[in-house]
Amino acid sequence: MKITYPHMGNLYIVIRALLTSLGLDLVLPPPTSNRTVELGVRYAPEFACFPLKLNLGNFLEARELGADTILMAGGVGPCRFGYYAQVQREILRDLGVSMEMVVLEPPDTHWSELKDKIRWLVGDRSWWEIIKAIRFAWYKARAVDLVEARVLYLRPRVFEPFELESGYREALRKIDQAASKRELDSVVKGFFRFSNRLPRRSGSLLRVGLVGEIFTVLEPFANYDLERRLGLLGVEVTRSIFLSAWINEHLFGGLLRVKGTKHVKKLAAPYLNFFVGGHGRETVGSTVDFARQGYDGVVHVAPFTCMPEIVAHSVLPSVTKDYGIPTLTFYLDEQSGEAGIQTRLEAFVDLISARRERVRKEKH
Amino acid sequence: MDLFLGIDVGSVSTNLVLLDPAGEPYLTPLYLRTQGRPIAVLQQGLALLREQLSSRDRVCAVGTTGSARFLAGVLVGADIVKNEITAHAVAALHLVPDVRTIFEIGGQDSKIIILRDGIVVDFAMNTVCAAGTGSFLDQQAFRLNLSIEEFGALAKDATNPVRIAGRCTVFAESDMIHKQQMGHPLPDIIAGLCEALVRNYLNNVGKGKEILPPVVFQGGVAANLGMRAAFEKVLKTEIIVPPYFNVMGAYGAALLARDYAKEGGQTSFRGFQVATLQFQPRSFECKGCSNACEVIEIREGKRVLARWGDRCGRWGSSVTGAEEVNEEAKSIS
Ligand code: SF4
Repeated sequence: MKITYPHMGNLYIVIRALLTSLGLDLVLPPPTSNRTVELGVRYAPEFACFPLKLNLGNFLEARELGADTILMAGGVGPCRFGYYAQVQREILRDLGVSMEMVVLEPPDTHWSELKDKIRWLVGDRSWWEIIKAIRFAWYKARAVDLVEARVLYLRPRVFEPFELESGYREALRKIDQAASKRELDSVVKGFFRFSNRLPRRSGSLLRVGLVGEIFTVLEPFANYDLERRLGLLGVEVTRSIFLSAWINEHLFGGLLRVKGTKHVKKLAAPYLNFFVGGHGRETVGSTVDFARQGYDGVVHVAPFTCMPEIVAHSVLPSVTKDYGIPTLTFYLDEQSGEAGIQTRLEAFVDLISARRERVRKEKH
Repeated sequence: MDLFLGIDVGSVSTNLVLLDPAGEPYLTPLYLRTQGRPIAVLQQGLALLREQLSSRDRVCAVGTTGSARFLAGVLVGADIVKNEITAHAVAALHLVPDVRTIFEIGGQDSKIIILRDGIVVDFAMNTVCAAGTGSFLDQQAFRLNLSIEEFGALAKDATNPVRIAGRCTVFAESDMIHKQQMGHPLPDIIAGLCEALVRNYLNNVGKGKEILPPVVFQGGVAANLGMRAAFEKVLKTEIIVPPYFNVMGAYGAALLARDYAKEGGQTSFRGFQVATLQFQPRSFECKGCSNACEVIEIREGKRVLARWGDRCGRWGSSVTGAEEVNEEAKSIS
């Protein structure tokens, strides 16, 4: 059995750690590229959302490298993600691609089913071994997040963003290879030491929060690299979702004490008082959260036609009205134009800096 | 005279505006068709300007905007490279200082910009469905064998505009033909079409935005009297079409250049001789990693002026002005 799974930002590092420590054989799809998009778009329904198309492309590319089993997450609620796996399975079958699809449903709703599937995957390994593997993967997720957050912070501050970028890639590679927690800690420390040495500019920066649907937030290929674009425009970006927080919430039932989304879910009221699927409620809540923390603006991303985010988007103007925080929404798919995204980001940065200037003058 | 040059290179048109220190156009602004050849058209524009200038005139700063703003900026040596949303807002604010809403409809792009107390507070650019309004109107005028001016003016004679399905231009065209075949008078059809396009714009681009007067309408489509009348009818407010409405991006870029010079900035303008230089653009696929970026490079002789399109900064940041074509570029591409 050669297992593969779709890309979502740096998630591959975490899952690789989990599966290899359970002794499973993996074939990772090549990093998402234009070719992935081409494949996905060719075979997926046109109005399926962008993540589905990218996943499908990933699977087909992994298949070329010999993968025969797909590990895919399921979902609940009004978001279409819940039946991605089923649709993808059908498409692969129609294409005559024979791959086994194992769908892991969220444990909070389908615990016993999940347990059976894990058993099927890992054979007779003890639960203790499984727990150890999960713990190790979790450490990796933390390491990845620490490094990513550092890059988001530093990108607008350093003179040589390219150096930072290559240091970042290097750190990710080492995290991916690390075999123990000790090693992970030292990679993270090493990256911090390296990044602290990079010469920096001074002066206060604009701060923007990034909110939206998890896949488009976490996968730079899907969001046209907008964290980096903003960073290079001199903006510090703070992400509302990090992998480790998400894992903690969905896999560990919020057991660990990392900042999760409970808090922002509450903040979504009175704008949005119930679950609308996906991350719609978190989008609204995080926007309020960023506004309260005095951020200069919020960038909201979602796949084109994403229903939960459309609902969230429709209430964002009220948040803007109450808190005075500007927001900019991008609906993304393979048709999004890079030039248009760049133009809008630049205009948004002009907008929030003019606004900050105005606030500063009023205070004086 | 001290002059400030603004250049807007878009996919449909390339515009150049020269301003005097008071912010008034010094020569008639140039409106040229880009026709897929931004470099050649930009050079042609510069040559046209040079012919009209005297030896006492001096360009003190240059700003570029439009979708090819980086390219244009590199070629001419711009001091300011600004996105077109900001440039359009700057120009409108200069001409109508209390403006609160800007409609900008050009050949391919549509935008709405919301301002309050002289600053931009919100904006949106077209979604796919509202794209190409200008080109579409051109095409319909051509189909009906009318000049675009006649086409717009005809709408004024409408007595009973017909309702045209305007979800997008594809639907609009077929519905329009249908209405024609049913024998509706042409002015009523044209007025109906303008109203459909206006509804489409307001629903797709202006959705959810608070449209308050004064409203400024700019971009090539603002010349169309039918469109202007349709906006006034739907919004029940006066629509201001400023002079130079079709070169507002270049106008704004020139104003930004003027500000730059005012603050003591020295210009990097390379002079009108740019019109006669030879530029070689090319692109190659980087094999440095799996992203396989399509890197675009522009050279003048052996000098690499700029590279962009890379996701990692490997190429973009490697250009330090006057650098020879580096060996790496040759080996990797
Ligand atoms: S330019 Fe950078 S990101 Fe793009 S393919 Fe080359 S190395 Fe990779």
